[in-house]
Amino acid sequence: MASIEMQHIVKQYGDGFPAVNDVSLDIADGEFMILVGPSGCGKSTLLRMIVGLEDITSGDMVIGGKRVNDLAPRDRNLSMVFQNYALYPHMTVFENIAFPLRLSKTPDDEVRRRVNDAADVLELKEHLERKPANLSGGQRQRVAMGRAIVRQAEAFLFDEPLSNLDAKLRGQMRTEISRLQRRLGITTVYVTHDQTEAMTLGDRVCVLRKGKIQQVASPRELYEQPVNLFVAGFIGSPPMNFLPASLEGTALQTPFGAIELDEARAEKVRGRDLLLVGIRPEYFEDASLVDEAKRPVGSTFTARVDVTEWLGDSQYAYIPYDAPQAVTDQLRELSRELDSEELRTQAIVSIDATSRIREGRDAEFWLDARKIHVFDPQTGENLTRDAEAGAELTRMAAQDRVDQVDEARGGATPVGAG
Amino acid sequence: MSTRKKVLWWVGGAIIVVYALFPIAWIISISLKAPSDIANGQFTPTNVSWDNYETILTGSASDLFLPALRNSFGICLIATAISCLLAMFAAYAIARLDFPGKRLILSTALAVAIFPVISIVTPLFNVWRQIGLYDTWPGLILPYLSLTLPISIWTMSAFFREIPWEMEQAAQVDGATTWQAFRKVIVPLAAPGVFTTAIIAFFIAWNDFVYGIVLTSTEAARPVPAALGLFSGASQFEDPTGAIAAAAVLVTIPVVVLVLLFQRRIVAGLTNGAVKG
Ligand SMILES: Nc1ncnc2c1ncn2[C@@H]1O[C@H](COP(=O)(O)OP(=O)(O)OP(=O)(O)O)[C@@H](O)[C@H]1O
Ligand SMILES: [Mg+2]
Repeated sequence: MASIEMQHIVKQYGDGFPAVNDVSLDIADGEFMILVGPSGCGKSTLLRMIVGLEDITSGDMVIGGKRVNDLAPRDRNLSMVFQNYALYPHMTVFENIAFPLRLSKTPDDEVRRRVNDAADVLELKEHLERKPANLSGGQRQRVAMGRAIVRQAEAFLFDEPLSNLDAKLRGQMRTEISRLQRRLGITTVYVTHDQTEAMTLGDRVCVLRKGKIQQVASPRELYEQPVNLFVAGFIGSPPMNFLPASLEGTALQTPFGAIELDEARAEKVRGRDLLLVGIRPEYFEDASLVDEAKRPVGSTFTARVDVTEWLGDSQYAYIPYDAPQAVTDQLRELSRELDSEELRTQAIVSIDATSRIREGRDAEFWLDARKIHVFDPQTGENLTRDAEAGAELTRMAAQDRVDQVDEARGGATPVGAG
Repeated sequence: MSTRKKVLWWVGGAIIVVYALFPIAWIISISLKAPSDIANGQFTPTNVSWDNYETILTGSASDLFLPALRNSFGICLIATAISCLLAMFAAYAIARLDFPGKRLILSTALAVAIFPVISIVTPLFNVWRQIGLYDTWPGLILPYLSLTLPISIWTMSAFFREIPWEMEQAAQVDGATTWQAFRKVIVPLAAPGVFTTAIIAFFIAWNDFVYGIVLTSTEAARPVPAALGLFSGASQFEDPTGAIAAAAVLVTIPVVVLVLLFQRRIVAGLTNGAVKG
């Protein structure tokens, strides 16, 4: 087990294209780090540089205190699960899992014991003598994991390991990976572009954009205190709504009426003609269902609902709004970069499932002004980010994790026995 | 498939099989006819006679045929082995590495393959006489390599390209050296490709006539196809047709055996299950 430190890592491919551009990232021993970002942002490249399959153009890669830039993959003692599993089709499941041990000339009975242990953990016992071709997708995935956990590697690296599975299996494997990582306590770097995986698995999440790190933080911090428009738009589903706004006094004038800011926040955003207000769908509510006590912390407005979607446990309403050309262009650019579907100038708001708001009618909404963020449309910077509150969230996540690891490892000891 | 379609498939298949096997049946029938019976005007021999086989195996033509058989086997197997080994490394490099001149190698190989044999055989004859390769095994193995190597490189690099890169990278991450990854992962996966290539290469060498007849003069190196051309009848008024037919049947046998033997190894789709599914 080891920590992984990256200092100013740059990767230029043959054509001079910087796929990874000055990335510095410290991954603590035993930490579960997620690399996330839109397609082509350099996640796989970074992972492959850690494992040694890709040369590092410049910068230092330090694993367990040792600089490994010039070491071959086999000398780094990391294990990796590939996106398409890369199982050896001519070997049985047993031999696939045993392969790393065979290469290190482990004695036979030791091999058998370790493979059986791994197979137990992954519930592959009855498939050990079969060939990968005859296994289901989920089973293959587990074999690939078995090959990774069978030896004492310094760290696990995963490159979108679940992207080939169907939704149900993906959920199942996700919890399995999480459980396994907690139990083994091995440093893990996990590449994905799936929101849910990023939010549920990671101790910390590193958001990449065009080869550059945008923010490294706990999922909660990313969600509640994003550093910029990109992170705010990338994390969360349905995505954050961005409304054009201008500041008058301490109130933001938006297409959905005025939103009152407190003095401190108003101060931070002052001096710009045009602003973007970021409001998550769940900060909205059907005004008729809001407690009297809560009303004063937000504002109410009336708008015509275009479409509603009722999902049983929740309900979404789509509210179109007008925006100046500059903002529309900016939002289109952003949604293209996030490879999300065309962000039209409409807000997606989450309302209570029992709400009687219907499409095509005017309705009254309430929005919670406490958690909104204000962005500079030019630079994308989050002007109202509270770094201290964000750091606190990440600290809490770190604490939670320590508890979880303790629990996972000491799972056998009865409560109160210590 | 409807019954009608099935019937059509069967009829079509049968026609092709008959068309392909008819000459073979014919030559077998001729090889079983006694010399006087050859012009009997019918497809089957009047009396089945093993005279022709006796002639080439123990009789007058055996001096010509048996050494030629030995030469053919030896030369073709050696040429096949060398060409497969070289082609394996070349194809691996072509499929895996990015180096300048890669396209040049492939197009040169193709150019060599389509170069007409007849136009180089005369200069080769002169050169071989000068440097002492005339009428020796190496003197045939070398030109056979020029026939088999290009096609081997082409087929094998097609096979290597099918093997996912990640297979090898996975092996390296698992702790294999480049050589171990090649030997333990790539070679077993490429085995069907290697066998297919070997069979094709062997056939090409086995069927060669022009080099065989021009570059040899004695039983020291003369291969079977050349020897067949030199058969003579029992008397000068008699055609050696029967003996040639018998020899042709005998030299076909190893080819058939080879295919049957390796047929199961040539099953495609061995790489199934390596990747997602
Ligand atoms: N072998 C290569 N040669 C040149 N450029 C490359 C090569 N491999 C990747 N790139 C470029 O590097 C960038 C990052 O690629 P990378 O595979 O790391 O993306 P990714 O974040 O893993 O994307 P995805 O989510 O689609 O897997 C891309 O823009 C890609 O075009
Ligand atoms: Mg990738």
